[in-house]
Amino acid sequence: MADSSAKPDNRAGDHGPARLEVAGVTKSFGAVAAVQGVSFPLFPGEAHALVGENGAGKSTIVKMLAGVHRPDTGTLRVDGADVEFAGPADAKAAGIAVIYQEPTLFPDLSVAENIAIGNQPLTRLRQIDRKSMTANAEALFRRLGVHLDPGRPARGLSIADQQLVEIAKALSAEARVLIMDEPTAALSAVEVERLFSVVRSLRDEGAAIMFISHRFEEITALCERVTIMRDGKHVTTELVSELSVDDMIRKMVGRDLSALFPKQDVEPGEVLLEVDKLSREGVFRDISFQVREGEIVALAGLVGAGRSEVMQAVFGVDPYDSGSVRFKKKKLKGGSPRAAMAAGLALVPEDRRQQGLVMDLSIERNVTLPRARKLARLGLLFGGSERKSALTWTEKLQTKLGKLSDAVGTLSGGNQQKVVLAKWLATGPRLLIVDEPTRGIDVGTKAEVHRLLSSLASDGMGVVMVSSELPEVLGMADRVIVLREGKVAAELTRAEATEESVMYAAMGQKVSA
Amino acid sequence: MTTSTLGAPAPGRRFAGGLLKTRELGIVLALVVLIAYTAIDNPRFLSGQSIRDNLLNTAILAVMAAGQAVVVITRNIDLSVGSVLAISAFTVATMMSDNPGLPMIVAIVVGIAVGAVAGLVNGVLVRYGKVPALVVTLGTMYIFRGLVYSWAGGQQVNADELPAHFLSFANDNILGIPWLVLIALVVVGGVSLMMRNYRIGREMYAIGSSPDAAELAGIKVARNLIVAFILSGAAAGLAGVLFAARFGTVDASAGTGYELNVVAAVVVGGVAVFGGSGTVWGAGLGALLLTVISSALAVLDINQFWQQAIVGSLIILAICADRLVAVRIARSLRKRDAHV
Repeated sequence: MADSSAKPDNRAGDHGPARLEVAGVTKSFGAVAAVQGVSFPLFPGEAHALVGENGAGKSTIVKMLAGVHRPDTGTLRVDGADVEFAGPADAKAAGIAVIYQEPTLFPDLSVAENIAIGNQPLTRLRQIDRKSMTANAEALFRRLGVHLDPGRPARGLSIADQQLVEIAKALSAEARVLIMDEPTAALSAVEVERLFSVVRSLRDEGAAIMFISHRFEEITALCERVTIMRDGKHVTTELVSELSVDDMIRKMVGRDLSALFPKQDVEPGEVLLEVDKLSREGVFRDISFQVREGEIVALAGLVGAGRSEVMQAVFGVDPYDSGSVRFKKKKLKGGSPRAAMAAGLALVPEDRRQQGLVMDLSIERNVTLPRARKLARLGLLFGGSERKSALTWTEKLQTKLGKLSDAVGTLSGGNQQKVVLAKWLATGPRLLIVDEPTRGIDVGTKAEVHRLLSSLASDGMGVVMVSSELPEVLGMADRVIVLREGKVAAELTRAEATEESVMYAAMGQKVSA
Repeated sequence: MTTSTLGAPAPGRRFAGGLLKTRELGIVLALVVLIAYTAIDNPRFLSGQSIRDNLLNTAILAVMAAGQAVVVITRNIDLSVGSVLAISAFTVATMMSDNPGLPMIVAIVVGIAVGAVAGLVNGVLVRYGKVPALVVTLGTMYIFRGLVYSWAGGQQVNADELPAHFLSFANDNILGIPWLVLIALVVVGGVSLMMRNYRIGREMYAIGSSPDAAELAGIKVARNLIVAFILSGAAAGLAGVLFAARFGTVDASAGTGYELNVVAAVVVGGVAVFGGSGTVWGAGLGALLLTVISSALAVLDINQFWQQAIVGSLIILAICADRLVAVRIARSLRKRDAHV
């Protein structure tokens, strides 16, 4: 740990054969190619960064190395020999340990058991030897220089401590390859430094490390080599010392911005939504922005930056600690989606399967659901006319469907999204919040959704769009608000917003001259 | 507990240990209070015969509860156990009345085997059919029951058709302990040991605690789940043999409604309905408590209706206690973490 700043340069080029090699790997889910022909090596004693935008295919790579997914084509090689993992147990046996973004501990088991699971020390009677299990955990924690009680249950550990337990797990399995999928996303600076010193000492003992992060300062501090991915494809693998941060970002985003998303120019009207210094402990802080009639405002940023959380707090699904939300100059009651709906807001959630639709119910029932709920709650009765308006919306959106009585689950992803939109548009909102409106739907339907959002705006509706897709953000938005780690990193006008300026802000880098 | 000694082993261990003990201790306390109260009202409640009856009545329930506990710990449920008991009881009773010369051990082995096969069916359907255990075992509960009905028709096997050694097994003692009680102790003790001290047992807890993490950790989830259902089925099969021996009369309706008693015993015994925590011997204690409650109410001359209401209240109490404990842990841990 002492020579944590040991410069990697002198060992670059001077490494042995790759410990683990990803060779021409392709993986598709349905029609979507998540990873296409990606190759890179992981060398012993070296930390290797894997970077790319949201959805570039990094997590799919991790899951293949972990034995969760199997590559469609291409191979993985461990120490030069082809391997095929039938499941996570095989990957583990090959010496690969994975630390996921979300720690995967067993909350009911003790910390010591979590570390030893599947590999517990046994007594002669093949019973678990708790004493040596606890002693092992204590020894590992000493080696890591942390104070954790091996006997306590894992439930309630902070994310940082959970990650340390995961590392202890990897150590106890004598992992030769350590893969970390955004381990620092939820950590404070002190915790990150502690994690890094542990990882550096592992690396110096000869482990091959793969590190996924969106923070470039971490990549330059920890890694010798970097592989950049874009849209599931391999862009480049180079020494970190030979790439500037600018180069990396350019290679990550470098993509043609097609003219697929024309937004009609609309003269913005009155201010609809005013969010002032909205904060929620540990999630987002001091978020302020406005949305006017006829405007499309995009919330951009990396996954985990707090975009969806902000909008959910605005809509009242989640609580907030301080700040205020005003709609048409009137203060909106916090924590009440009903009040938000009554005021004229609608929220189309990100995960339509989980939050947006009841898959087994008919299209018609799904479309009328939010009104039905409101109806029941407020005791109002306008069922018939309300249903008619819902049906006109599905027609307006050109939803391709057989019968209105078919289950929503039978529709394609794009048409499901239209049903969700129809459902909320039927409530007659003045402000529409859409979270990842085109995730997982095909290009044609995407364009239709964009056309729809644009025409809604020109009719005077305000639209807030949370999106991870830069082209969509740049094509659709009148203004782009970039969030980074729960704070507004930049507010860009349509003219100022470019792939680079948005990504720089999202990554916390200053725009270079 | 001092919150300032963060990370020091002692308070944490005491904390975890105390927590584990509270649940089972609560049942023991409830038992003691209940028995003391009943005995003061009617001292004969503590007579040898009364204790013997209570233990004998507990035995069958406890055996099934041990198997059920394993299934519930993996975040599943087995509602078919009452029907499996009937299949096993009817199979064994028919076999023994046709072949009176067969020794008891054969009856036991056959009963266990029949139950294990039923459990295998449940386990495979749950794992590979990707259907929730609640639905699968609700289905097989009716299917197995239907099988017994169509096989038995309206007939029943009566005590006078069964060999004497089979019937006397329920009343015979070894070293002063009735066989039934001994078998229940061995089953509860053995399964407890497996769940506590062997890898497969800890993996069952891990699966119930976080099914996704279990897959990622390379635990053989499929195998373990099927083993859990086989264990529950086998326990119900064994219970069927004990049932036939104890009551002597077996028809197609044997054990109807037992599944709910078994689940109640497990939940009252402190096994979390969402899996991952609780102990098998706690479930055994739960079975004992439910049995003692029903006999105490009879002794105290309280309407049987109240028994059902009390069992229901106990279940709700047990689940509330789980929630309460969970909330309290969360709060105290947050306090500890706040000092970082």
